[in-house]
Amino acid sequence: MNIEFADVTVKKGDVTVLRDISIRLSERRIGVIGRNGSGKSTFARLFNGIEVPASGAVLLDGVPERKNLRRHVGFVFQNPDNQIVYPIVEEDLAFGLKNLKLPKAEIEERIGHAMRSLGLDHLRTRLTHQLSGGEKQMIALVGALVMHPRMIVFDEPTTLLDLWNKQKFMETINALPQHVVVVSHDLDLLRGFDRIVHIEAGRIVADGDPAKVLDNYIASSQC
Amino acid sequence: MLTDLYVFGDSALHRMHPGVKILVLISVCTLLFIFEGWTSLGLGAALVALCFALSGVRARHLVAALRPAFWILIAIFLVQVYLTNIHFASFIVARFAVLILAATVVTATTRTSEMVDGILAGLRFAPSWVPKNQIALGVSLCLRFIPLLLSVFNDVRQAQSARGLDRNLTALLVPFVLRTLKSADEVSEAIYARSFD
Amino acid sequence: MSDEPRTFLETRDVVFIALFAAILAALATFPPITLPLIGVPITAQTLGVMLAGGVIGAVRGGLSIVLFLLLVAIGLPLLAGGRGGFGVFLGPTGGFLIGWIVAAFAIGYMTERLWHRLSFLIAFGICIIGGVVLLYAIGVPWIAFTAKIPLSTALTGSLSFLPGDIIKALIAAAVIMTVKRSYPIIQPKTAR
Repeated sequence: MNIEFADVTVKKGDVTVLRDISIRLSERRIGVIGRNGSGKSTFARLFNGIEVPASGAVLLDGVPERKNLRRHVGFVFQNPDNQIVYPIVEEDLAFGLKNLKLPKAEIEERIGHAMRSLGLDHLRTRLTHQLSGGEKQMIALVGALVMHPRMIVFDEPTTLLDLWNKQKFMETINALPQHVVVVSHDLDLLRGFDRIVHIEAGRIVADGDPAKVLDNYIASSQC
Repeated sequence: MLTDLYVFGDSALHRMHPGVKILVLISVCTLLFIFEGWTSLGLGAALVALCFALSGVRARHLVAALRPAFWILIAIFLVQVYLTNIHFASFIVARFAVLILAATVVTATTRTSEMVDGILAGLRFAPSWVPKNQIALGVSLCLRFIPLLLSVFNDVRQAQSARGLDRNLTALLVPFVLRTLKSADEVSEAIYARSFD
Repeated sequence: MSDEPRTFLETRDVVFIALFAAILAALATFPPITLPLIGVPITAQTLGVMLAGGVIGAVRGGLSIVLFLLLVAIGLPLLAGGRGGFGVFLGPTGGFLIGWIVAAFAIGYMTERLWHRLSFLIAFGICIIGGVVLLYAIGVPWIAFTAKIPLSTALTGSLSFLPGDIIKALIAAAVIMTVKRSYPIIQPKTAR
């Protein structure tokens, strides 16, 4: 699959957050880096249509429809508390599937399969607010996985996790068969990726081989 | 705090459909205002007593239900004694007691989740202009938000107490409201991302 | 999210409605402050009513109170002091609860109308008109009717809550003004 941004500009009120972004991405693991306020979170939100360009278009395999993006691209937010919308874990996991109007049996099957494959079956009937931070982030991921996306975008997924949960969550991401896009300040986590996009002040300033982009980024922060 | 006022049991009342219970409650209460007098009140009280006996709800639940209204009932009683007579004052207070206890029977024998399901099931029969999915989402989100907000509130309280501001309601509410408004916007994005329209 | 067909309420509106219903519930856990001399406990919940109108506006604010009261009615102990269930509507102060809906709507409506001229004083005035005058205008006759006491007596009894309500209106106005400056949610009804 490939995602193409064609001259995308995003505005928030009078402020231009992203300007004339044009890029074509087809790698399986893509990292996005940049300073706070650089526009990388907005960039991430374009992938599945949460954010709508003021001009330009986002195309998934050549199709420029926002609904199509949402259907095929999942999203995991920085703070799982803002992503979990139901009080009970399995109710929450069923939320997106009910929106797709899937039959009950398939909803049950998808949730069961995703939870078992990640070893989370014991959390199914728990209250979401009683989960630990690491467990919440995993449930947020399962909520995206059960929708059977072809690509999943993560917006700073490890910021709120401790070292152990961070490692575990990154291992989980790395084992995913889907295409992934990870926005992160944790550069070590992106070392093994296929491509890194560096965004500053609403523009792509570097893009390509991870080692080179990351090293330049680190160098630029030190002067 | 999210423990509901339900009392565990398996009586006929527990098994009765929540919608039926609510309809009976509303009719009984309306009748008590239309037919004002000791006879109707006596009948109402007998009905409530019968329900309590059937439901297996204990006396302490009755006391707990009446306690919050205790002082205002005393005040009303005193005003009525002063304005009219002790007979009428007793009637007014007794009627409040019967109304509150009648409602307690319903609350004590119906789980909150049953009520929520009842609302959502009732929505299925609602006319098409009723935004059913949005109502269902609103109810669930609210139940999800309550424990979340309490933890945000404690965070803010701790942060402000480090600055000696934890007794200042404005200094607690401003960051609390701003933080939760921003979270709400991200929640809206997440709901959109999960294909809800 | 602009390319969706516009319905009566958008997802974002539903989230704000649920949020303020939950804020109202969270405020119930705030320990009541008892004013010296008068001895009437002040709970923070009517503050939530003022905020609902002043922060998210008339329709959303009013609906958030409806949602909150619905959850109270089905038995959640969300009112201050852990009260809840159908009984609270049938008690003498039930009118104030119903009045919350009207109060939040009215405060929201006035805030939307006066948005561009909104100052701390105006916001305070709006909270007093909606959260005190209007609320009492519904709650007090209700007490009088259900408890069969003269209106004047019911009013005198309720006036002991007035000092607390004024304090709440001051706090609400401060919060409403800060939200207006830093994270406005309300879409004003009048042009600049």
